[in-house]
Amino acid sequence: MGFIKAKFNAPGGVHPAYHKDLAAEQPIAEMPLSASLVVSMSQHLGKPAAPTVKKGDSVLRGQVIGEAAGFISAAVHAPTSGTVKLVADVATAAGPRATAITIEPDGEDTWVEGITPCPDWHQQDKKEIVEKIAAAGITGMGGAGFPTHVKVSPPPDSEIDTLILNGAECEPYLTADYRLMLEKATEIWQGALIIAKALDAKTIYVAIEDNKPQAIAAMQEALPAEVGDAQVVALKTEYPQGAEKQQIFAVTGREVPAGGLPLNVGIVVENVGTTLAVWDAVVNGRPLTERVTTVTGGPVAKPGNVLARIGTSCADMVEFCGGTEGPVAKIISGGPMMGFAQADMSGPTTKTTSGLLLLDPTSVHAYESMPCISCGRCVGVCPMNLMPNELSQFLEAEDYETAEAYNVMDCIECGCCAFECPAHRPLVQHMRRGKAQVMLNRRKQAS
Amino acid sequence: MTMVIQTALTIGGAGLACGGLLALAAKFLAVKEDPRIEEINGILPGANCGGCGYAGCAAYAEAVLLKGAPINLCAPGGAEVLGHLADITGETAKVAEHKVAIVLCGGDVSYAPRKFDYNGVADCRAAQATGGGDKSCSYGCLGYASCSHACPVGAIEMVNGIAKVHRDLCISCGSCIRTCPRHLIKMVPYARTIHVMCSSKDKGPVVKKACKVGCIGCTICTKLAENESIKMEGFLAVVDYDKELDNDAVIEKCPGKCIVRI
Repeated sequence: MGFIKAKFNAPGGVHPAYHKDLAAEQPIAEMPLSASLVVSMSQHLGKPAAPTVKKGDSVLRGQVIGEAAGFISAAVHAPTSGTVKLVADVATAAGPRATAITIEPDGEDTWVEGITPCPDWHQQDKKEIVEKIAAAGITGMGGAGFPTHVKVSPPPDSEIDTLILNGAECEPYLTADYRLMLEKATEIWQGALIIAKALDAKTIYVAIEDNKPQAIAAMQEALPAEVGDAQVVALKTEYPQGAEKQQIFAVTGREVPAGGLPLNVGIVVENVGTTLAVWDAVVNGRPLTERVTTVTGGPVAKPGNVLARIGTSCADMVEFCGGTEGPVAKIISGGPMMGFAQADMSGPTTKTTSGLLLLDPTSVHAYESMPCISCGRCVGVCPMNLMPNELSQFLEAEDYETAEAYNVMDCIECGCCAFECPAHRPLVQHMRRGKAQVMLNRRKQAS
Repeated sequence: MTMVIQTALTIGGAGLACGGLLALAAKFLAVKEDPRIEEINGILPGANCGGCGYAGCAAYAEAVLLKGAPINLCAPGGAEVLGHLADITGETAKVAEHKVAIVLCGGDVSYAPRKFDYNGVADCRAAQATGGGDKSCSYGCLGYASCSHACPVGAIEMVNGIAKVHRDLCISCGSCIRTCPRHLIKMVPYARTIHVMCSSKDKGPVVKKACKVGCIGCTICTKLAENESIKMEGFLAVVDYDKELDNDAVIEKCPGKCIVRI
């Protein structure tokens, strides 16, 4: 049984230069411990975790150092054993400040007591699986960081029939998920079966863009015999195929309603990295303390895929990849389309840092933004069928009500419109600000 | 000819009938509105600044008469409008203290440089959402003039990359306060002239690195200022505007040069 081709394709989309060759052939390399790790309490969507340690405490690897502060929140664990040096506010990759715990490793890397492997996960029931996922502090590792235990415990009245593993990795430059699928295919499939059990999902799809034939073959080969309805689906190579709603449409033809969630159409989408973390948590009993990050871009001497502890500084990671050659004009945490530009490399990595991209001066352009020329190219490429041209003008005029009526809240901030705009308008930035303001106005009205 | 007369009569008759109906409707279906609402609306400055907390002058006029809103909420109107309102409503109220907005940051581009090239939407809220803003100090004025655009009377000028309020033009409506993503703008009594022009909560060494005119938390001013009129909030000296402060020593002795007289 071979893989299947996706029957559908979401509207819009663009074809940026992929540059995946830089790091695609580099096997995942484990990085030695840094001299200090800065672990942010806000690595996920929702409320930041509440710190449970103070300066001077000694911690062991896997020990809880931040407790989930609500339902949509996730626990944070010590990435290694050592001493807490500082508890202070540190700017996150996206900008806002959050409490972070600085740990000085003791080099022993001792695991906390109570890590009990459970190779035969079939014995565990749904509740136990969800509890283990929550205890391990797993969040979506594709970029948005939605707490996974929330995703795998849908409200009782919703029926989930399909689980989609997201291995599209449509962001240019990034190859972390690709390497995981090549090197850990069996474990990812086991993770998928665990999540499918927690959700009662009958069907499992693994969605991969068709420019990664090796990953498709690897996942196909590792397809476990025990699984009933499972398929590897090859998606047309196009950005943003990795976006949740677009992927659901491409794989199943179901459309998530505006303002709705995938569970409204009976589907849960999990990133392949997240799935591997779930396997590690349920089978090995280990909380999430490390992740694979692609360190790449022109100025990086030896681009590669690095398995590093959470909290490792970006500078240390680049150093591990041979340092930089030539000038660096831009530092991006994540991919070039949706990542966050950084002022320097001092920031720590988090559970959601899928990539660290350095760009040289020739690949960075500081365009001057011009008025909209109404060419409509942004409308053509918008995968959510929005009208970024109109929206950006409403938002420039601070007319948030009309922007809301034109569904600004459905924008997924993928960046296709800004990528395509011949007037170089900062469209995504307008949307982001507009969405924040609409949310604020809604809250004000509710109170 | 007959046709012309017929047409004129029909159209004219229909017009008269409709006019009569309208006249009757105006008499019997009229909404009885307190005539004083229109009168108050005429007295209010008409800036529709929203500083009173209502959606414009007309809404405030209605609220004064129907919802019992205090009559001293119109800051731009001041004592004059309050006098008229008191005459109309028969209520009495003290003139609210004359307050003006102030941007508590003195770190212009010569003191606090930019840490990266920002090339996005020229708006402070958008800049703040991009890597936390391009200013070296993560608490200081970003300088993209969101407050200045929001000001209905043009009282905020951008000087050397930071916002300055012209205190004699300010109508204390508070529009600027709502737009500043860094919450730097405060309403202070007009009579007060000594201010700590810094809002950085960072520790001294961090402030010093980021800005040449920042509060380093040395606490000298709190000791010089009479009856605790300057207090420490963490690592930042903050003026307590409820207490008297008229002491040039705090300005002279401030090592960060962030206490100034305006």
